[in-house]
Amino acid sequence: MADQEITLMKGNEAIAHAAIRCGCDGYFGYPITPQSEVLETLAAEKPWETTGMVVLQAESEVSSINMVYGGASTGKRVMTSSSSPGVSLMQEGISYMAGAELPALIVDVMRGGPGLGTIQPSQSDYFQACKGGGHGDYHLIVLAPASVQEMADFVDLAFTLAFRYRNPAMILADGAIGQMMEKVVLPPFKPRRTEEEIIKECPWATTGRVGGRKPNIITSLELRSEEMEVINLRIQAKYREIEEKEVRFEEFMLDDADYAIVAFGSAARIAKKSIEIARSQGIKVGLLRPITLWPFPTKEVQKLAGQVKGILSLEINAGQMVEDIRLAVEGRVPVRHFGRLGGIIPDPDEVVEALKRSF
Amino acid sequence: MTEEIIIAGFGGQGVLSMGKILAYAGLMEGKEVTWMPAYGPEQRGGTANVTVIVSDDPVSSPILSSYDTAIVLNQPSLEKFEPKVKPGGTIIYDGYGISEPPTRPDINIYRIDAMDAAAEMNLIKTFNMIVLGGLLKIHPVVKIESVLAALRKTLPERHHHLIPKNEEAIRKGMEIIKKL
Repeated sequence: MADQEITLMKGNEAIAHAAIRCGCDGYFGYPITPQSEVLETLAAEKPWETTGMVVLQAESEVSSINMVYGGASTGKRVMTSSSSPGVSLMQEGISYMAGAELPALIVDVMRGGPGLGTIQPSQSDYFQACKGGGHGDYHLIVLAPASVQEMADFVDLAFTLAFRYRNPAMILADGAIGQMMEKVVLPPFKPRRTEEEIIKECPWATTGRVGGRKPNIITSLELRSEEMEVINLRIQAKYREIEEKEVRFEEFMLDDADYAIVAFGSAARIAKKSIEIARSQGIKVGLLRPITLWPFPTKEVQKLAGQVKGILSLEINAGQMVEDIRLAVEGRVPVRHFGRLGGIIPDPDEVVEALKRSF
Repeated sequence: MTEEIIIAGFGGQGVLSMGKILAYAGLMEGKEVTWMPAYGPEQRGGTANVTVIVSDDPVSSPILSSYDTAIVLNQPSLEKFEPKVKPGGTIIYDGYGISEPPTRPDINIYRIDAMDAAAEMNLIKTFNMIVLGGLLKIHPVVKIESVLAALRKTLPERHHHLIPKNEEAIRKGMEIIKKL
């Protein structure tokens, strides 16, 4: 396959191909709808025969995330993927990785909850992804792809950010983006890093004591409270830096907008169509699409509050991101929420109706 | 040009693969395409549908409120999607799968007896390609050459000897589709 070839594939398949191409060292996962194509595609591509990437189906999600912890401790580019109930099982391991400051990629292709819920698309894990689904004061860097192309592009981006800040990153997609097929140009092949490169890039990793250096210890445990506070403060300072430097978003038809929709992932795609319909009826509305859900584009939402008469948070959930919007807006303009639940995706007409009803 | 199509029928009728070949053919013509299945726990015999959008411009929503064209291959799909065809749009139905045909006066209604033709030709598995041929006759969304190229691209090599049969089926569909 030529590097720049345009091809047609599902979002889940794009994740797998992009992982192989961006020098991923290992994937550890357990199948669950609607993301099973990630593991299936990796198994079909057999990257262990080409790039040497390890692909392993673990016995459970708990096991997968702890394999990721182990791989990440050695400075390798490792990842897992799952869907909502599976990601709930991983929360302990994710919190441990945030505490031990380990870079890794977790892909969540969300389905309707709570509990086992449905297998259809949902965005109801926003809180879990962005507010710390496990225990302790931590954040993941959360990227929300809205196309199959972004599913492919965000794999390398997530690894880059994860290693830059020594923090786990998450791609928060949903069943619609995972299952739909679109055009995609896969990223060019990048070789896996050599052991020497890993030692140079990750001086903290457990790569073996070469040249008599001090032992590297990977742990989230520190029983002395004073020391633990210092660690927490250092992690918090890192989070402030990420909030300052890594916010990503897209603006669409906001220049003359009287109203704004804020939406991420597949909801943002629906919003674009709704905006087309609403504008044909004379309603000037635009879209702000957070690409990073954490760090959240707070400043951009604040700016919107000075421009528009109202903001609609379109989410395929019962209203989660709307809280972050309201915090940013500080009551200056009305902020409403619209969403469907349990695996139902709102259609563009419904969104236009919700917009009219809200303001 | 943007063509928003829903293809709906029973699981096992080739609904998803028909949509995939259509999307792939669009891709080969340099168009923007989106293929969005209503995936569920359904298997053979359950309902299946897929939204295919082929456009000269980037595609916004993969989920739609209404469609330019609905291809319905069984009665439940007709009942679900006939009201969602845009005024002036098109509905195509298979005579074998539908007992109560569509009735809306503001849309173009086409019938294609694809299941009967597939049985006559002794090519039951090409049923979906006959239907696709019918669509391409009345809405040349993509060229037949692109469909054949898409088949070459998506079918494993060991099935390439079946491409002429598929072409035969597509041409049959173009022949037998009729406006009501």
